[in-house]
This record gives sequence, structure tokens and C-alpha cells, in this order.
Amino acid sequence: MALLNPRLRELISKIVYYGPGLGGKTTNLKYIFDHTSPTTRGELITLNTEGDRTLYFDVLPLNLGTIKGYKIRFQLYTVPGQVFYSESRKIILRGVDGVVFVADSQAERLDANIESIEDLQENLREYDYSFADLPYVLQLNKRDLPNVVSADEMKKLLILKGEPVVESIAIRGVGVMETLKQAAKLVLIKLKKEMR
Amino acid sequence: MSYLILYGEEYEEIKKILSELKEETGARVALIVEKNGQPIAFSGEMDGVDTTSLGSLVAGNVAATEGLARLLGEQGFALMFNEGQNENLHINLIERKFILAVLFDKRTSLGLVRLRAKNASVKLEKVFTKLEAKMEKEHRKMGEKESPFEDISEDDIEKLFK
Ligand SMILES: Nc1nc2c(ncn2[C@@H]2O[C@H](COP(=O)(O)OP(=O)(O)OP(=O)(O)O)[C@@H](O)[C@H]2O)c(=O)[nH]1
Ligand SMILES: [Mg+2]
Repeated sequence: MALLNPRLRELISKIVYYGPGLGGKTTNLKYIFDHTSPTTRGELITLNTEGDRTLYFDVLPLNLGTIKGYKIRFQLYTVPGQVFYSESRKIILRGVDGVVFVADSQAERLDANIESIEDLQENLREYDYSFADLPYVLQLNKRDLPNVVSADEMKKLLILKGEPVVESIAIRGVGVMETLKQAAKLVLIKLKKEMR
Repeated sequence: MSYLILYGEEYEEIKKILSELKEETGARVALIVEKNGQPIAFSGEMDGVDTTSLGSLVAGNVAATEGLARLLGEQGFALMFNEGQNENLHINLIERKFILAVLFDKRTSLGLVRLRAKNASVKLEKVFTKLEAKMEKEHRKMGEKESPFEDISEDDIEKLFK
């Protein structure tokens, strides 16, 4: 649920990075954190296990700039991808304004991607959020690895509603900002429609 | 509802209640977050601590505790208290939609914070009720002359990423 504060002239929305375990969600946030100036972003909070897997969530507050004098701020969250953290994923999804699905392009993770998309839809249903109306971007990550499924094949299997698709190598930052931009755009366009 | 408008009048009222709460108790910070983690307002200053992050973590904490309550067949826990060596955190829910968190140290007591937080919550609840009614009435429109979104273009959005 986006928050509009006319007095402070700011708009804050929530974007959640969703996807299977080890897909690169946290890596996206780390890259954004490392490549934005400290004046435009807050702390990157990560709640991890010892092995650097997300245990509950990561969150990064980001100030993208202004539109018509309004500060456009986003709270970027990641969910924990491991299957058994289902309850946490559901909690983080509450009040979401847009979702980035980070798919793992490696052939052996294809089923994990599909399972995670189903899990996303199931959780959205439980909140009565409509997937059809949700600002949603598909990121095909880890394009640098040798054992990847072709982008065309992945699109055929994973595209659900004509969403924007970004190919990425999150560890090197390739496609990371583009993904965020696509998601931010869809969120703002949706809000524009709703606020008339 | 996909967005909440924090109208100026109510925003000022919320800030005032928070600042009174802070003054009355000698707490360091009083803040309100929406249950989904969106920061609403705060009063007080903390060197080097990002209040937005504090809000996200408080909301995450409340959500996890509520999950725990569900698992135990409880309705929820209305109140949470974290005691640290120097800082203490008192958290309670308002209307089940908003979270009031008060950060305080040894200069004040839990009893006082709890009492005042309770009083502040009653006032805040009224403001939030008013806010919701206003949003209904104004058909969720801005209520102020210009909406930032009336005529934003893809170009404006592109520029954010320059
Ligand atoms: N080769 C390669 N490795 C990547 C890429 N993106 C992320 N990784 C690596 O994949 C591993 C998992 O990345 P994370 O970002 O922690 O994955 P996650 O999606 O947050 O995983 P969970 O927190 O368990 O859900 C790390 O070792 C990353 O360095 C990429 O584009 N290419
Ligand atoms: Mg992670």
C-alpha cells in the first residue's frame, strides 16, 4: 500500500523481490545499495542465516528523486526463497505495490522457478490481491552461467501476462537498475490511474 | 485499498501526539509505522539510526509475533516490549493497522511509557478513523489542488534513473 504525504510531498511504495532460493534477490539489493549515493538511500538491512541465506527479509529504503516536486521513495524488500519460509514470504508480501520475480536461469532451477511463481500467486490470492493488476517484472538472472536455459525458452515458460522481461547478471549489476526502473514505472503508472 | 493519503491536517495531529508522548515520557523516539512497514511519522532524533529502517524492523517484528500468536491460537499480542542494556523498545498496535513504537532509556520507566503510550493510542486511533473517513469522502482523491500524478509522463519516470 503506497503512502502519499502531501505535507512532506513524498510518495512511498513497496516493491518486493520474489523468487526461488539462491536466485539472486539479495544480490540485486546489494548492488543497488553499493551503486547509489548515501544521500539517496538508507541502510540495507539483511536478516540472514549464518550461510548468508535470507532468513526473514532484506529491506532497502531508496529515494529515487522527484517528480513534480514529490519525492519518489521506494522500500525494496526481498523474501526468503527457501521453500520452508513460506510464512515469512506471505508476511512480506502484505501491502505490496509491485513485484520483481527473480528467476534463476540455470536449467536445474527451472522447476524451482515455476514452484515459486505458483507460491507467489497463491500468497497473493490469500490477500485477495489481483495478480492481473499487479505491477510485475520478470528478471532472468545468472545469464553468465554456462548451464542456462535460453531466454526464449524461459520466457515461453514463465511469462504470465506480457510483463517486462529483463535479462540480468546481478553479481555484476547487469540489468539490475533496468529491472528496478521497469518495476518503478509500472507502480507509478498504476498509482496515476488509481488517483484520478 | 492500494494507497493511503496522509492529509496535512491529520499528519500534523499525529506528529503533535507523538511529540507530546515523547515529551511526557522523556523517551528518545516515538514513531508510527503502518503494519506493512511504511513509515508514517516520528518524533525525536537518533544519531546514526535510520528511522525508516527502524520502522521496517518494528513492523517485521510485529508481523512475526502475530504469526506466532496465530500458531498458538491467540488473537494476537497487543503489546511487545524489548529490553536492552541501554535502550528499551515499547511497541503496541493501534486499530490493528498501525504500530506505535517508543524507544526509551534509563531516564524514564516502562510503567510511565506504557501508560502514556496507551493514552496516545486512543488519540491516534481517533485521528486514523478521521483520516479513513476523509479518504472515503474525497473519493480517495488528493484533497489538495495538484496531484503529483495528474500528468506524469514516462519521461518523468525515465529521468528518475538518470
Ligand atoms: N554466477 C552468478 N551468480 C549469481 C548471480 N546473482 C547472484 N548470484 C550468486 O547466487 C548466490 C545466491 O544469491 P542471493 O542473492 O543470496 O540469492 P537469494 O535469492 O537472495 O537467496 P535466498 O535468500 O535464499 O532466497 C550468491 O552466491 C550470489 O553471488 C548472477 O547473476 N550470476
Ligand atoms: Mg536472499
